[in-house]
Amino acid sequence: MHPAPSVIIFTTLSGLGFGLLFFLGLGQPAVTGTVAFVFYVIAFGLACGGLLASTFHLGHPERAWRAFTQWKTSWLSREGVCAVGALIVMGLYAIGAMFLDSQWTLLGWIGAALSLATVFTTSMIYTQLKTIPRWNMELTPAVFLSFSLAGGALLAGAEAVAPWLLAIAGAVQLAYWAKGDKALEASGTNLGTATGLGDRGAVRAFEPPHTGSNYLLREFVHVVGRKHAQKLRMIAFVLGFALPLLLILTPVQGVVIKHLFAALAVISHLAGVATSRWLFFAQAEHVVGLYYGKR
Amino acid sequence: MTQLPNSTDRKMGLVIDLDTCVGCHACVISCKGWNTENYGAPLSDQNPYGGDPSGTFLNRVHSYEVQPEQGHAQLIHFPKSCLHCEDAPCVTVCPTGASYKRVEDGIVLVNEDHCIGCGLCAWSCPYGARELDLAEGVMKKCTLCVDRIYNENLPEVDRIPSCVRTCPAGARHFGDLGDPDSDVSKLVAERGGMDLMPEMGTKPVNKYLPPRPKDTIEEEIDILAPLLAPVAEEPQGFMGWLDKALDKLPGGAN
Repeated sequence: MHPAPSVIIFTTLSGLGFGLLFFLGLGQPAVTGTVAFVFYVIAFGLACGGLLASTFHLGHPERAWRAFTQWKTSWLSREGVCAVGALIVMGLYAIGAMFLDSQWTLLGWIGAALSLATVFTTSMIYTQLKTIPRWNMELTPAVFLSFSLAGGALLAGAEAVAPWLLAIAGAVQLAYWAKGDKALEASGTNLGTATGLGDRGAVRAFEPPHTGSNYLLREFVHVVGRKHAQKLRMIAFVLGFALPLLLILTPVQGVVIKHLFAALAVISHLAGVATSRWLFFAQAEHVVGLYYGKR
Repeated sequence: MTQLPNSTDRKMGLVIDLDTCVGCHACVISCKGWNTENYGAPLSDQNPYGGDPSGTFLNRVHSYEVQPEQGHAQLIHFPKSCLHCEDAPCVTVCPTGASYKRVEDGIVLVNEDHCIGCGLCAWSCPYGARELDLAEGVMKKCTLCVDRIYNENLPEVDRIPSCVRTCPAGARHFGDLGDPDSDVSKLVAERGGMDLMPEMGTKPVNKYLPPRPKDTIEEEIDILAPLLAPVAEEPQGFMGWLDKALDKLPGGAN
């Protein structure tokens, strides 16, 4: 799949933003006033920035409101509904925390649930696609949810759970890569089933339908950069999980150093997740590539 | 609405004969022509006369080589367009309701005024039947020439999809695949029509007729063959002398 920057930025930032909103909704940390203001600016900035970025790849962004109508069948529509719901509920909760010095617990819980639901629905947009076996696995929602929770815990400064969530997210990432590498073969789809000619012999793409490229090849057959996949996986794993874990577990003296280390952990995690998300797209093989003798 | 109908009154679709298709791409051109001038946004080209031309097509013809374990390889031309699936994943993923499957004839269409061009329907299609038009920013797909098949302004002979009307080899057939007594259904039954990627669970309406088995050449082609066989296995006379003389010269391959 073509790793479109808009979608990588969207899933990375909004995942982190909604992860932070989840923890804020649970009252972790239970902030009010100016401190709350800073937390909510970061959370809403990430979540909304990501959502805005996602509209950049639309052919007609001015019609985006229509995407809220088909929640009965479409995960993309459900994501839109959950995202707007989460932002409204958490917006009200934030007003209470920032200006009225109060924590409306029930509202916070609803907002937290909607934030997590947004991340889940995002993941299901990818998971539902049988055409991309590497995404069509239970581990895909696990990746999105565990990354979001780990990032949210890091940003929220939830010291008790952050190391555990980071470790879980790292493990999920490794499992996703291991299983994903075998997904296309395990799906049973190949040029033989694609053409229906597989039981007659070995099928080979002899001649493409056209000499130039097309939308399908540009969108679904991305092979540039796959050769660096193993190195990028190392970078994604170290920056995303190993280094942040090291940074928050290292015992340090002084509040300034502690905050500096926490900030570094967040930046490192963000860079790692962005790298992982790039791989998520670039390594995903769409079965339509088979028709062109590619993957 | 992007909910699929439980059933459709008819299942209009194509039957494509892989045995007959000669790979001339006439269906590709007539499709592009008709669908650029009629229903919906035109099928645009980008840089058509430049170094890297590309464009939107609703029908494309691939060619595949099939090498059996024994015998000669076979070349098979393979036209591919929307299969108007019964369980069309492209319809249910659509967030806006722009993609829909018609109850009356099962044709899968896009309402281009509601399409936001997110591309998710193209992602969900295993067959590459949908292409986002770069000039219009909306999703394009085969309409089964919905503006021809019911068009009473056209002579009756032309009320079939443009690709079917054009095919010079008669490799494309159009009809109701939901009616077991229709010509296309009979053809599918007779020739063992098949689904593409059945494991995807899309239940395509369009069927492909597999190539017929090739004739096998028996050892004796006909009754005259024995009479035409070489008279002498070993060269004799002048040719025999020449053969031996050349064998004695150095530098031979053996």
